[in-house]
Amino acid sequence: MSHEPDLLYSDTEDALRDAVRSLLADRAGHQAVLDRIETGDPYPAGLWPALAAGIGAAGLLVPEKLGGQGASHREAAVVLEELGRAVAPAPYLTGAVVATETLLALGATDGPAAALLAELAAGERTAVLAAPLTTAPRAADALFGATGPARAVADAAAADVFLVPRPDGLYAVPAAEAAVTPATALDLTRPLAAVDTAGAAGTRLAGAGEARAAVRRGLLAGAGLLASEQLGLAEWCLEETVRHTKERYQFNRPIGSFQALKHRMAHLWLDLVGARAAARAAADALAAGAADAELTVSVAQAYCSGVAVRAAEECVQLHGGIGMTWEHPAHLALKRAKADQLALGSAGHHQDVIAGLVDLPAPA
Amino acid sequence: MTDAAALQERTRALLAAHPPATTDRLDFLRARYDAGLAWVHYPVGLGGLDAPRSLQAVVDAELAAAGAPDNDPRRIGIGLGMAAPTLLAYGSDEVRSRFLRPLWTGEEVWCQLFSEPGAGSDLAALGTRAVRDGDDWVVDGQKVWTSSAHTARWAILIARTDPDLPKHRGITYFVCDMTDPGVEVRPLRQITGEAEFNEVFLTGVRIPDAHRLGETGDGWRVAQTTLMNERVSIGGARIPREGGMIGKAAAVWRERPALRTHALHRDLLALWVDAEVARLTGERLRQQLVAGQPGPEGSAMKLGFARLNQAISGLEVELLAEDGLVYDDWTMRRPELVDFTGRDAGYRYLRSKGNSIEGGTTEVLLNIVAERVLGLPPEPRNDKDVPWKDLAR
Ligand SMILES: Cc1cc2nc3c(=O)[nH]c(=O)nc-3n(C[C@H](O)[C@H](O)[C@H](O)COP(=O)(O)OP(=O)(O)OC[C@H]3O[C@@H](n4cnc5c(N)ncnc54)[C@H](O)[C@@H]3O)c2cc1C
Repeated sequence: MSHEPDLLYSDTEDALRDAVRSLLADRAGHQAVLDRIETGDPYPAGLWPALAAGIGAAGLLVPEKLGGQGASHREAAVVLEELGRAVAPAPYLTGAVVATETLLALGATDGPAAALLAELAAGERTAVLAAPLTTAPRAADALFGATGPARAVADAAAADVFLVPRPDGLYAVPAAEAAVTPATALDLTRPLAAVDTAGAAGTRLAGAGEARAAVRRGLLAGAGLLASEQLGLAEWCLEETVRHTKERYQFNRPIGSFQALKHRMAHLWLDLVGARAAARAAADALAAGAADAELTVSVAQAYCSGVAVRAAEECVQLHGGIGMTWEHPAHLALKRAKADQLALGSAGHHQDVIAGLVDLPAPA
Repeated sequence: MTDAAALQERTRALLAAHPPATTDRLDFLRARYDAGLAWVHYPVGLGGLDAPRSLQAVVDAELAAAGAPDNDPRRIGIGLGMAAPTLLAYGSDEVRSRFLRPLWTGEEVWCQLFSEPGAGSDLAALGTRAVRDGDDWVVDGQKVWTSSAHTARWAILIARTDPDLPKHRGITYFVCDMTDPGVEVRPLRQITGEAEFNEVFLTGVRIPDAHRLGETGDGWRVAQTTLMNERVSIGGARIPREGGMIGKAAAVWRERPALRTHALHRDLLALWVDAEVARLTGERLRQQLVAGQPGPEGSAMKLGFARLNQAISGLEVELLAEDGLVYDDWTMRRPELVDFTGRDAGYRYLRSKGNSIEGGTTEVLLNIVAERVLGLPPEPRNDKDVPWKDLAR
């Protein structure tokens, strides 16, 4: 039975979008983000509690009986669209999606995993998977054999606890017991660090077999919903570019009246139409537990990561000199889009996944 | 006097009289200039020998082999690439002798005060005013995106001298003293973290009429010399196979097999071919240009250079995976020179975004190709015959 996807937005989803958008406008305007990105703590003051607990966004994926909102990936995707639009620093993709989905997939209803899940869902604590941001879902197994510190762990700075894959299972290690060494990130809105948990015992949440599948599932949800962040980001880039080219006069006319630029923006719009369908399909397939969820996720990633990069690059170019300046937010989007392109499996990786799933093998 | 053998001999004589190992760098550069070996195609007395431009390679090879110091062209790109040809074409004898020598030796850095907040692609719309006052001009206005303004001793400047004329006709071209008390330079930070360019505020800046280049009101024509040379100098550098950006990506590919993927392999090879063709195109263009002036064809190099730099550095970041997520340093600095292929892949990716904006945007250059090279009719325009003061902004 193939799943008939719902690719629209529900009224509830629209209402959630409005709430998140106005919160972000309030707490994480571009200027607020720019002001903080070099401080070592880029997360806008008060944003996370208001988003995670106030709006309840941290618990969207978690059933009510486990302490969450009992919503789904569809709603979480809407939150990510908004976070992408604002290029806001928040441990949402890493904490409320990848880590939360991993714990959910362990299936525990009591014990340490369930307790931690309830805390995450309530926005009381934040967990991050101790793995490089680049890790693709299918690379989950390899994490369990990895030695040494995990590099390029996103949002480690915001984590209270790390989910650490070890050969005999998945562990929860309090951040205070881990050595966290910040790295200088290309995307200043998603801080990176090397995380070394070798010195900490931690609490075992699940055995290796179970944990591998759960981490893979967590990363799959991350990759699928990352497409929504990319969609939101691209959408902002296009809107901002349209606005600018309408207002900017050169040659005694708005530069947006030049057909060469109109066509560029119209092409971006076409890309966005596709990106929205792909991102919605991925969110819906994850929510429904569809049989073809992995394929749908890979399609969304393979498509949306390029769209976001293209939109951000065009945004810089069509702004001219001002687009090259630190004070204009276009570079926030450019750096996020470029980093997102590497996150949770590259487009090429997802194409390879698709090749296997739809029987289009590479030449021998 | 101007064949290869004679130049070789002359270069050896310079080296014998001023052995690089024991000669002060600046003394050597001055001696080289005075020997006419700075830019051999320039006139005698101005660092050249009226020789064919192609023979410069003979001199350069001889000097490089002897370990002679160079004038660090990356530090003085605007002087060498843009100010010098304009000074040569339009400067009085005094102006040329005063400025060209320290320009070439690098004792005096130059910057380009052209773009304004309201006049980028539409440079001719500029609003900085220059008003005649006795033997001087008094200049007021604001310039922006001025690279090297913080290190520059002199600037090439265009300003409006007659707001009642249509925009292309009321502009005059000057040499501006950057140490004038009316010049204020403020750093403008770029997406790379550095402040390579600046805002420049001009308040009551006095420029002697002797520092005007070309006739009053003829500045737009003079500026064309600068702009054509700028476009050739960005992306026109001679590079070996796998020089420039592609060499960086190719090195990563060779050194780190674990990063290789099928998808990136195809992309890398396609870009490798494009980069090699761009190199060959440059060689061919250079052969065409050796004798004459740069024409609009020079735009082709800059267009390709920008596109390739962006695509290749973007690919390199992707290829680096985890290492592509990091950046070397965001510290705000005011660099003395710019190296598009320097630092790390993230820097190259970000800095190359400027390649399709600086020196005329890719879109504007494509318009120039379409109209001046292909002869396609221009878009209908409503700004050419209106007095500048009546234009929308
Ligand atoms: C790194 C860097 C260094 C620079 N250094 C200097 C310097 O040293 N001195 C100096 O004077 N200037 C310098 N510039 C300025 C540069 O020349 C201008 O930024 C450029 O000419 C574009 O002008 P603008 O920024 O006002 O953009 P705009 O002219 O506003 O252009 C915005 C967008 O509209 C497009 N556009 C405009 N007109 C048309 C048209 N007719 N058809 C189609 N598309 C169009 C442009 O291509 C661009 O994409 C530098 C710029 C950069 C980025």
